[in-house]
Amino acid sequence: MVSIWFFIGLSLLVNGVLILAAGLYQLVHPPAEITIQLYSLHANVWWGALMLLIGLVYTIAYMPKRHASR
Amino acid sequence: MSPLLAMFVTERLVHLSGVDVAVIVFYFGLVLAIGWYLKGQANTGEDFFMAGREMTAWVAGLSFLSANLGALELMGWAGSAYQYGILATHWYWIGAIPAMLFLALVMMPFYYISKTHSVPGYLKLRFGEPARALSAVSFAFMTVLMSGVNMFAMAKVMQIVLGWDINFSIWVSSLTVAIYVSLGGLRSAIFNEVLQFFLIWAGALLIPILGLYEAGGWGNLKIQIAQRASEQYVHLWSGLGHFNANPMGIHWTGIVFGLGAVLSMGYWTTDFLVVQRILAAKDIRSAEMAPIIGAGFKMLVPLIVILPGLIGLAVLPIKLVPESLAVNGAHSYNDVLPLMLARYCGPGLLGLGITALIAGFMSGMAGNVSAFTTVWTYDIYRPLINSKGSDSHYVKMGRWTTIVGVIISIGTAYLVMQFASIMDYVQALFSFFIAPLFGTVILGMLWKRATNAGGFWGLLCGTLSSISMWAWVKLDPTALRYVALSSDAKALAQDMYQALWSFIVCVTVTVVVSLATKPKPTSELAGLVYGETDIPAIGDVPFYEKPLFWAGVVVVGFFILNIIFW
Repeated sequence: MVSIWFFIGLSLLVNGVLILAAGLYQLVHPPAEITIQLYSLHANVWWGALMLLIGLVYTIAYMPKRHASR
Repeated sequence: MSPLLAMFVTERLVHLSGVDVAVIVFYFGLVLAIGWYLKGQANTGEDFFMAGREMTAWVAGLSFLSANLGALELMGWAGSAYQYGILATHWYWIGAIPAMLFLALVMMPFYYISKTHSVPGYLKLRFGEPARALSAVSFAFMTVLMSGVNMFAMAKVMQIVLGWDINFSIWVSSLTVAIYVSLGGLRSAIFNEVLQFFLIWAGALLIPILGLYEAGGWGNLKIQIAQRASEQYVHLWSGLGHFNANPMGIHWTGIVFGLGAVLSMGYWTTDFLVVQRILAAKDIRSAEMAPIIGAGFKMLVPLIVILPGLIGLAVLPIKLVPESLAVNGAHSYNDVLPLMLARYCGPGLLGLGITALIAGFMSGMAGNVSAFTTVWTYDIYRPLINSKGSDSHYVKMGRWTTIVGVIISIGTAYLVMQFASIMDYVQALFSFFIAPLFGTVILGMLWKRATNAGGFWGLLCGTLSSISMWAWVKLDPTALRYVALSSDAKALAQDMYQALWSFIVCVTVTVVVSLATKPKPTSELAGLVYGETDIPAIGDVPFYEKPLFWAGVVVVGFFILNIIFW
């Protein structure tokens, strides 16, 4: 059976990629009107990168063919 | 936006970008995929209702916590923190940690050794069929109402944040839960709850981080809260010496005895919604470790629930109001979390935050539905309606009950809309059923002399006394000074005292009736009662793998936190 930790890793990985990509896009193309507080911290860049990293570790470590147990 | 979707969209707090929608769609796709993948693993009753009893301590522990981390936790308690200040944290610390540790070290062995499928199932073994039937029916009733509360809360968030019509949100989320729970049973619910646990943290943790940064740290936040509300909003215990010296209108006796000793004990040790996750553990050590792991993380949950409410109190430019006054564009206390989300989260993060809320709502709903399914099938349908069905017949019944349970929950969601405050309503429900149930179960486990008649009548009288007190105050609000010991008491304080009195009624009636009736033979108490049960040893493991060691670590953390925020 596929480990539950694989699903969690996959979820963090895909969400991390999406959020990091959105953050990087905003860095290159800043919005005309800023509607959120603390925009200058670019939270979606570093938070997305962190999620991507953790998700990558879990996805690889619990890949179904590598890790059979739960 | 498609014309069809536009029909359901009204005013909104935020606008989702394409990437936000992608994050939400991916979440729905993943939970459905997990349910589909696990459908082949849910062919027997043990698989479907008990997840094969093969969960590790970590999976059972995180699921145990996540099943409780539903709509009320995320939105309701953030709103309560805005309304009552840091006092709301009591529901996470003294209102959870001692009870979770008590479950792990004292009660879990009895549940686990008896191999019961449910808490009403334990009552059947200990007190006979009438006690089980009473408990099962009241639990099933409470569970579908709770599920309706979850649905309503989720639909409200979607309405406020995204402008989605309440009916549209209720049906989309409930159908998703119905599909993945009916396909994979408890295992599917547990897998998704653990996934939701991580998503909730990933989506919600940014709010306190960015909020504290904006407020200038905890010290500055306290000053701002004191200016906008009162200094008592940031003290856990120092204002509890008198009913009118704190925002909640409660005395420390209500918190310690009503909440800590009765209501939380009842919830965390006898509410089958959470206990079911632990019963799915693979061995006795995992079953004991799971609530301890849950307790460790429970102590941290105020970071993502209470702190956003406090930060909202300090930094939001608008003043939030009670639910009943939230008209003409005004926002209620329960809206504080979505408002904070909209304040800090840009593209992608907003989608993740919304996903965290949806995940919280769905895990709460799935927890209620899977527990309802088990209790209905094993504790109502099998003993009272059809006791001769095959294992596959009961699995089939479980799948259909999941769908029917969701449909009933949808009906109750519309019922919930009539109540002014979500939290007060749910707390009232807890005190009706949970506090007396704790009295019955704990006496059953620790007192050999308790008899079948004592257990049944104690449970019945405790439940009726709680409902009577609630009705009394509803009909005559001045009765609050008797029920809650003060006319200054607020609704939450009333629930604490109601729980305490109903527990005392339950215990008193159980003891009196038991002493007046014939004791059960000792041979019928083996494996069910302290003193007549051989508790299996954990095994020869190092000290750092023993539940007692980690319970000690959690206790130390618990005291340190309470002293810091005294």
